[in-house]
Amino acid sequence: MANKIRVATTSLAGCFGCHMSFLDIDERMLQLVEVVEFDRSPLTDIEHCTHCDIGLIEGGVCNSENVHVLREFRNNCKILVAVGACAINGGLPAMRNHIPLEECLNEAYLDGIGVENPQIPSDIELPLLLDQVRPIHEVVKIDYFLPGCPPSADVFWKFLTDLIEGREPSLPYELVHYD
Amino acid sequence: MRQFIQGIVENNHQATHLLQILRQIQSRFHYIPEEAIEQLSGLLNIPRTQIISVIEFYSFFHLTRRGRYELLISDSITDHMLGKKDLLGYLENKLAVAVGEVRSDGVVSLDNTSCTGMCDQGPAGLVNGYALTHLDHSSIDKIAALINQQKPLSEWPGELFQVDDNIHKSGLLLNQQLEQGAALKAVLMRGIKETLTEIDKSGLRGRGGAGFKTAMKWQFCSEEQQAERYVVCNADEGEPGTFKDRVLLNTYADQVFEGMTVCAAIIGAKQGFLYLRGEYLHLHDKLQNILEQRRRNGLLGTNILDAGWNFDIEICLGAGAYICGEESALIESLEGKAGIPRNRPPYPVTQGYLGKPTVVNNVETFLAAASIAVNGGDWFAHIGTEKSKGTKILSISGDCARPGIYEYPFGVTVQTILHDCGADDVLGVQVGGPSGSFISDQEFERKLAFEDLATGGSFIIFNTRRNILDMVHNFTHFFAHESCGFCTPCRVGTSLLQKQMDKIVEGHGSAGDVVALEELCQLVKNYSHCGLGQTAANPILTTLERYPDLYQSRLKEISYEPGFDLDGALETARRMANRDDAGAHLAQIEVNEHE
Repeated sequence: MANKIRVATTSLAGCFGCHMSFLDIDERMLQLVEVVEFDRSPLTDIEHCTHCDIGLIEGGVCNSENVHVLREFRNNCKILVAVGACAINGGLPAMRNHIPLEECLNEAYLDGIGVENPQIPSDIELPLLLDQVRPIHEVVKIDYFLPGCPPSADVFWKFLTDLIEGREPSLPYELVHYD
Repeated sequence: MRQFIQGIVENNHQATHLLQILRQIQSRFHYIPEEAIEQLSGLLNIPRTQIISVIEFYSFFHLTRRGRYELLISDSITDHMLGKKDLLGYLENKLAVAVGEVRSDGVVSLDNTSCTGMCDQGPAGLVNGYALTHLDHSSIDKIAALINQQKPLSEWPGELFQVDDNIHKSGLLLNQQLEQGAALKAVLMRGIKETLTEIDKSGLRGRGGAGFKTAMKWQFCSEEQQAERYVVCNADEGEPGTFKDRVLLNTYADQVFEGMTVCAAIIGAKQGFLYLRGEYLHLHDKLQNILEQRRRNGLLGTNILDAGWNFDIEICLGAGAYICGEESALIESLEGKAGIPRNRPPYPVTQGYLGKPTVVNNVETFLAAASIAVNGGDWFAHIGTEKSKGTKILSISGDCARPGIYEYPFGVTVQTILHDCGADDVLGVQVGGPSGSFISDQEFERKLAFEDLATGGSFIIFNTRRNILDMVHNFTHFFAHESCGFCTPCRVGTSLLQKQMDKIVEGHGSAGDVVALEELCQLVKNYSHCGLGQTAANPILTTLERYPDLYQSRLKEISYEPGFDLDGALETARRMANRDDAGAHLAQIEVNEHE
């Protein structure tokens, strides 16, 4: 048990679609947990990372909490992986980058149709939004990138088994072409 | 407005003239109004989206109103070396308008523009498309006063617009001004086939930089089984640091037109185009007059020299797009479209303008061809090197006593050139513009020739007080701005190169960042659709190879730092939520708690 490879996962500004795709490895999950133990992850409900071998990050960085979580992962994971389009490029959440943050907040909380009791939320418990949604490699150093929206279950499987078996991960063309 | 547009379209009723039509509308209204787009769409029978895509593609067209005086300042590295940044700030103050903005009274707008081809007499700019040179505090004072008094450009003092040739060294071509019609008469005497043989014998290769054999290009075009053929002169001289075509068209235009006419006689073309970059608007009327004069003298039009040749030349102005110097993008632009390079093959000699066989050559190539027609192939071929015959006209700028035009036999060393133009204490030279390569002081024995340093003619000198990274930074931004946006490796890649370069130059880089930069360079270089993307990484690659320590010295000894101000990125949210507690801030670098 002590020798199992420790894996942590999280979703920042993402939709959990990458996590769902990961679960699509289906029964292969049983093979995986033979050699892998999950640390912080929505799958385990563990709230903070301890030392891990692999960290899988879904989603981009849209607020200050994302920055803290990402840094916690970087500090604890030997290998940190950007998983999916949002982590790699900002993805859908980054569509707001073309609109100034002030306009976004005004529309959502002050001027939008159906807004009652208009006010900008302000509480020290609430994370503040960054003016732009950022890919995670612009905030911490990232070791590997798994492309796709989401990356298919086979991509997760190939990548993780390569790493676990001590090979340099490589994704064959069939797994990363999308048309 | 309706009448104005109706009037323009009556003279230019084809969709191929869209660029020329939009230029007139932009010039009159200082933007392209929505009504104009609707009207043009109907008159030219093209979709409005196509018109909008053309407007958005070219830097000199705008969908929102610019100032009645539209002031653009050249952003070439040579302008920066002459103090552009300080002058731009001075202008902002004097005119009370920020860069990129229109003043609230609508009188003036100010912005940057890519190199305007005045590198030997910068800092330079454009006002409503007309070239301004030698900008300094006193000329800016004058300009600001004229604008504030709203004086028409025609009443501005001529010295503001004075453009000098600055020819410092003439050779084979520049020494000899041909008499008007001499080349055509020579063709008539010698015969068309025989003239092509002479051009072949001369070894003349294209002067734009790529160096394709001219005679072979003309031969290929003439062999195509098509009724119509075209001759295009590429005067879209956009490579920063190049300005020889400006001088050739100012002083040797007759000979350039003559070279085009010789080409037309050889390939059997009836129509030619001079694609003149928009920045050279000041040459337009002069060139039109020369064409008119040639028509009157029987050297253009129908039955030229009573030899039964029919050929005429039309001048088409560009609208601020570097990519249109690429021949297939230029042809797209001539057809009234956005200048997006075509797939090649088919090359223009088989399918060019309107799908017909087309010869596209540089201004200097046509000039040389006219001289060769008169003097014969041997006259040209006895000068130069084995694979690079004749001479090359260079545009020299940067840190030297005498910037300007120099003509050298091919094979001349960098050292000789530096000596002639009075350059001391030289750190290195950018040969061939941003898409060329940087030559360090260890390589001054290298030769300008297709065998060694191929160049379109740009030669920018940097002395030891300059910082190479400033140059690389400027060039990298240039490519990101000029990418046509068609292919992802270039559109996204050049922006990423710019971002990564900024990160390192601004001191936020760490060890992995230079590796990432190099990988990105290879990707952009190897996967881009056309020459722009394939060369956009050259400034980084050629300097990284020669000065790796310079890049390393900018790096921090930490594993990683974001390239943007993390805490600053929270500023808007902080202000709107009215917060300033510790949780409302982020440290730029977080100390690893576990080590």
